[in-house]
Amino acid sequence: MKAGLSRRDFLMGSGALVVSFSMTPILDPWALAQGPFDTHRSHIDPEKLDSWIAIGSDGAVTGRTGKCDFGQGMYTAQTQLIAEELCVSLDRVRLVQCDTSITPDQGTTSGSQSTPTNFNNHGLAQAAATAREALINLAAQRMAVSPKVLTAAGGFVNAADGRSVSYGQLVSGKNLNLAVDPNAKRKAAANWSVLGKPVPSLDIRDLVTARFDFVHNVHLAGMLHGRMVRPPEIGAKVLSIDEKSVRRVGGIIKVVLRQNLVGVVAEKQMQAVQAAAQLKVVWSSGSDLPPQGDFYQHIRKQPSQDTLIVDSQDVDQKFSRAATVLKSTYAYPYQAHGSVGASCAVADVRGDKATLWSATQSVYPTRQIVAAVLGLQLENVRVIYMRGSGCYGLNGADTVSLDAAFLSHAVQRPVRIQLSREDEMAWGENYGAASVIDQRAALDRQGEIIAWECEPWAVSLGGRPGYDTPGNVISGALAGYEPHRITPRKASAPTGSLKNGSNAVPSYAAGSVGGTCYGTGTIRSERVLTHAVRSPFFTGPLRSPLRLQNTFAHECFMDELAAHAKADPVAYRLRHLREPRLMDVVKAVAKAAQWEVRPSPKANWDRKSTALGRGLACVAYEGDNGYVATVAEVEVDASSGRVRATRFVIAQDCGPISNPAGMRNQIEGGVLQGMSRCLGEEITWDARKITSTDWTSYHSLDLAIEVPEIECVLINRTDVLATGAGETAITVVAAAIGNAIFDATGTRLRQVPFTEERVKTAISNHSG
Amino acid sequence: MTAVSLKVNGAVHAVAVAPETPLLYVLTDELHLRGPKFGCGLAQCGACTVLIDGGPVRSCITPVSAVKSAEIITLDGLGTPEKPHPIQQAFIDEQAAQCGFCLSGVILTAKSFLDRNPRASDDEIRSALAGLLCRCFAHARMFKAIQRYAKMVRS
Repeated sequence: MKAGLSRRDFLMGSGALVVSFSMTPILDPWALAQGPFDTHRSHIDPEKLDSWIAIGSDGAVTGRTGKCDFGQGMYTAQTQLIAEELCVSLDRVRLVQCDTSITPDQGTTSGSQSTPTNFNNHGLAQAAATAREALINLAAQRMAVSPKVLTAAGGFVNAADGRSVSYGQLVSGKNLNLAVDPNAKRKAAANWSVLGKPVPSLDIRDLVTARFDFVHNVHLAGMLHGRMVRPPEIGAKVLSIDEKSVRRVGGIIKVVLRQNLVGVVAEKQMQAVQAAAQLKVVWSSGSDLPPQGDFYQHIRKQPSQDTLIVDSQDVDQKFSRAATVLKSTYAYPYQAHGSVGASCAVADVRGDKATLWSATQSVYPTRQIVAAVLGLQLENVRVIYMRGSGCYGLNGADTVSLDAAFLSHAVQRPVRIQLSREDEMAWGENYGAASVIDQRAALDRQGEIIAWECEPWAVSLGGRPGYDTPGNVISGALAGYEPHRITPRKASAPTGSLKNGSNAVPSYAAGSVGGTCYGTGTIRSERVLTHAVRSPFFTGPLRSPLRLQNTFAHECFMDELAAHAKADPVAYRLRHLREPRLMDVVKAVAKAAQWEVRPSPKANWDRKSTALGRGLACVAYEGDNGYVATVAEVEVDASSGRVRATRFVIAQDCGPISNPAGMRNQIEGGVLQGMSRCLGEEITWDARKITSTDWTSYHSLDLAIEVPEIECVLINRTDVLATGAGETAITVVAAAIGNAIFDATGTRLRQVPFTEERVKTAISNHSG
Repeated sequence: MTAVSLKVNGAVHAVAVAPETPLLYVLTDELHLRGPKFGCGLAQCGACTVLIDGGPVRSCITPVSAVKSAEIITLDGLGTPEKPHPIQQAFIDEQAAQCGFCLSGVILTAKSFLDRNPRASDDEIRSALAGLLCRCFAHARMFKAIQRYAKMVRS
């Protein structure tokens, strides 16, 4: 691979450069954690068609996208999109993903926003539609006919009279020099022949035969290897470094120090590992961490940034008149992205230029961050995305990218940084946030819900760096940059429209703001007050951030209410919903799972045999970004506390489906990841440091598990906009398992993970 | 530095490395192979797996000096995109991957086990996969792909 930037790249970057700092006031720390994912102006103008689509002289189509594939199938789906709109076969399309010298700035690939951004009526889809119309118009001029009598197919524009001209002849490798036309017509889903079809993954052949280049496989001429030396305790600072301590290690190039960021650079990877182990650093003591045992109590007592999402102002009155008031508290731990590969990045910083090969999901924001921390001109920094180990959120990829930039800058040679497993898990990634959620509901005499109040506390520190906050990830903070921290603040009355991006408002609430109901439910008396609390650990948008935590609490609590009312959980939910798309997935999943209509728990468990149960959960992801319902079936062994899910049925509606095969893969992976997170995953710590630092101390389900049956019901709606599909299924898994355990045993679990010990104790306490 | 001769994917390579260097670093940094990956460096996840004389070995904790003249096969050497090994083809047929980072461990461990135990039951296959991680959780498809290969081995 060739290092550095070509002259042409710099010329491209030296025109009208628009540097866009994030100017939005930070109201929601969780929105910040997700990152900017819209299309932004940059030196590659997103309003120009040539920024997105190029037609070669051979008629091959090159697409350029700011949304990358990290295993979720975006490469294949976006290739399908271009092939569909340009009317060519898949093998005629080449897709370039996320390279700041080539692709438009589409912020971050995250938040289930790639499909809404690039598959509806803007971004890549609109550019591709514009290109097809442009080719037809060029052919019309050439043939002197109306574009209306022309059709595009197979890389040619064909006239009714039999004349035909190829894309290559029409464009002959030149730029199209047109603006993306906001009125260009997308092909109707009914006419799709490539998009919407179950196209197998385009990269799997290279993956299984090890021909695929991950960022870990980048080798540059003269490339050195670095390892990081992280503090022994959280908050510890460098007092002194004895560089002589690594003198005996061969191949040492440099010990690098930047505030509290310490690394070593050597000729060979092994030498860097040895030097990192041997380097003598004197650190100050770290700061005391709140004890894990009462962390959920601790966070309630902290100053918080409060947001009132809905408040009908009649909740207390309704509660005072209720026939029954039910209350519960749910707790969800910090969890790790825990990518199977520890993160890696390669930086080549020489003189006033830098190139970074990175698995960051945010190439443009990273470019701006790297330019800022190294003091380089923005146009002299190039960030090239290369896949890392799969990540649904913010693993160590961004942190290691900054590590590599700092170390390469220090030695002025290309440097590859590989994090160790401990670096990745304790000093690399931004954890999924811990949360504790109070629920309270008022029921009338018939058991119907007349008021719902929810109060979640969730921790936050840092997040995606965005364009201007390098301290949001660990290496940036170690190097002296401040992370975004919560500013305690009282809530004011909700204004504008409903902001339910974190699913803090349960699906059954009306979601009323300013007299308009934006929500999916019927309960008009509602109050949701969220508290964001400073976290002792860095946090980030782990797949379905807070949406999963909140949905776990809402859907389990809804199950408690249904049980209290002695109502069937499906029927009870449907009575409190009004959004047809959400109701439809609930009905579809119940039908496919052959749901037995009855209240939970199941009667007559003898407490000796394995208990069998089923549980349902549903959600309108982020309020309106995908609709999903799942039924989980479980076996619970009361003597050991072991829970085994035997079957999941999932019904999902994400609008028009780009690739049903890819969507099924996402659902299956989401369900099993959700199951692993629900049953075993939890970050642990002691007085001063993280103690879950490897796969013996952080518990992931391995390949030896008996995989549950997973059945998908895909509802393909072609009359609505496409929504995200990567985070829907996982959002409902913990709640469905919790509800199934309750159905089986009559025991309600309110704290994730449902470890064997916790399940056993809960069942035994329940019986006692 | 010592001169070490390694037989990898059918070819002999001479490299100059410290003898305690993990085999993984030699395969990736010196020979530029893409199959074995650094996952944990602790033999806890399987991403670095290679076959040595047909058996799965975690190359991240195996010093290169321990390999001697044994034959090393990595995922790169099992088949090609044009002519994948039957177990690789089974993974393609079942679409059994997401990011693909873990594949060396899953494919090579399963292949080695089934080649040696063609009549293994599903439970025995599962036991052989203990300690392998896929954090995209493509477990369901991977197990189907392995079962597909098991059928081929048996017939």
